[in-house]
Amino acid sequence: MIALLFRDLKLAMRAGGGFGLGLVFFLIVTTLVPFAVGPQSDLLASIAPGVLWLGALLACLLSLDRLLALDWEDGTLDLLATAPLPLEAVVSVKALAHWITTGLPLVLAAPVFGVLLNLPGPGFFWLVVSLAVGTPALSVVGTFGAALTVGLKRGGLLLSLLVLPLYVPTLIFGAEVARRGAQGMETGTPLLMLGGITLATIALLPFASAAVLRVNLR
Amino acid sequence: MMPDLGKHTEAVLSSYALSLLMLVLLVALSLWRGRKVRAEMEKTEQRMSRNG
Amino acid sequence: MSIAAKANTIWQYANPKKFLATSERVLPFFWATAAICLVVGLVWGFFFTPDDFRQGSTVKIIYLHVPSALMAINCWLMMLVTSLVWLVRRHHVSALAARAAAPIGVVMTLIALVTGAIWGQPMWGTWWAWDPRLTSFLILFLFYLGYIALWEAIEDPDTAADLTSVLCLVGSVFAILSRYAVNFWNQGLHQGASVMRAGAVTGTDTTEKVSNVFFYPLFLCIIGFVLLFIALVLYRTGTEIRARRIRALLARERAGA
Repeated sequence: MIALLFRDLKLAMRAGGGFGLGLVFFLIVTTLVPFAVGPQSDLLASIAPGVLWLGALLACLLSLDRLLALDWEDGTLDLLATAPLPLEAVVSVKALAHWITTGLPLVLAAPVFGVLLNLPGPGFFWLVVSLAVGTPALSVVGTFGAALTVGLKRGGLLLSLLVLPLYVPTLIFGAEVARRGAQGMETGTPLLMLGGITLATIALLPFASAAVLRVNLR
Repeated sequence: MMPDLGKHTEAVLSSYALSLLMLVLLVALSLWRGRKVRAEMEKTEQRMSRNG
Repeated sequence: MSIAAKANTIWQYANPKKFLATSERVLPFFWATAAICLVVGLVWGFFFTPDDFRQGSTVKIIYLHVPSALMAINCWLMMLVTSLVWLVRRHHVSALAARAAAPIGVVMTLIALVTGAIWGQPMWGTWWAWDPRLTSFLILFLFYLGYIALWEAIEDPDTAADLTSVLCLVGSVFAILSRYAVNFWNQGLHQGASVMRAGAVTGTDTTEKVSNVFFYPLFLCIIGFVLLFIALVLYRTGTEIRARRIRALLARERAGA
């Protein structure tokens, strides 16, 4: 399992720079937002938590179609399916690798982008916390979407159509934590809900992903 | 015959028109595709039975 | 009748031939009763109910809005059940019924959204508000679109049935989650409407008698929508079964040639 994780991480670092791409995309989104809504700093400050969450979510989405497709094409997935490791564990490791290569950098970089959008002082801490708690759910749900569409030639667009509605609860609670934090309000309830969703998806969705992957490998 | 709908005439009439239009379209499309598929199946079955 | 015998009577329709024969027999009845209920209910509601004192004539939209919204949700529930049946018992008719129902759900959701927007304009002063109920329906609409897109994208029918069934299960859980998330996110303008209180919801609940004036035609419309849904599902499932048979025949032909 650990060997698989390191293999995935290494491949992500090396092959075609999939590693930094999400971050650059995140940077571009945050740069474009002021052009779209105007440079007033109070306006930017009020929408910053939502924009940062949306940017992180889209950056996460961007790298999903590479999550399983490469292993599907070169037959690695068939090998993994016949390996002693259960497929549930394989998809969990895949999701973890995806989180480490896209989710984690986004969490760490978010405060920097927060400065660009004039995020209010107390907001930084809550933004990082909400992203750290919420992004694992994005990776796990994304793995499910990638497993659903892995056999398709042009699955990219379909993947977004399938995954984005599933992101709604995470986005709502995550952005709510960041927004309330930025306004200095109490954040306990949405943070607990966000954590609950993340834990539930981590616990349950790998079974669905593995089931779907088995169907696709049939 | 036509009831007086007051100032909301457009709202009521357009919602009835749009809804009924969508329902009729759905039924019409279902029937159209159903007929087509049924005809095609009969054609295929006949060809199969002729060729053995 | 024992439980086992009862179960047998349901499962015999898993045989496509049996399903087609029976649905052919009962379909005229469903089409006819659906048409009668809808025509009577809508005409009654449109021409012979008084205006609401607060909402004016817009209250007449309720005869389309509430039934279509109900069917939008019930259609998803039906797809959930048939998907489960497919996953557990592998009856093709069940999976095909789920596929046949999805476009009906889309249309129902669309009707609910459009009539809601048209109704909202004079009542709330805006076509669209990010009210929890509206937002939930929009999300439901997206789920339907994704579900149909997945069916269309996959060539092998059994694979498609499996994948869409799992998507339906996962989607249901997330749809419920979204409903609560959206509730939390914005407490809306919508009245807490439930079918049994539909008469009271219109704002004229001064006496039972007045709300009944709205309730009877509404009830008739709801029954009409349910019957129409059943007729459409039966008919479209028949279409899907035949389309699948064509596929099988062609495959056999090619294998033989």
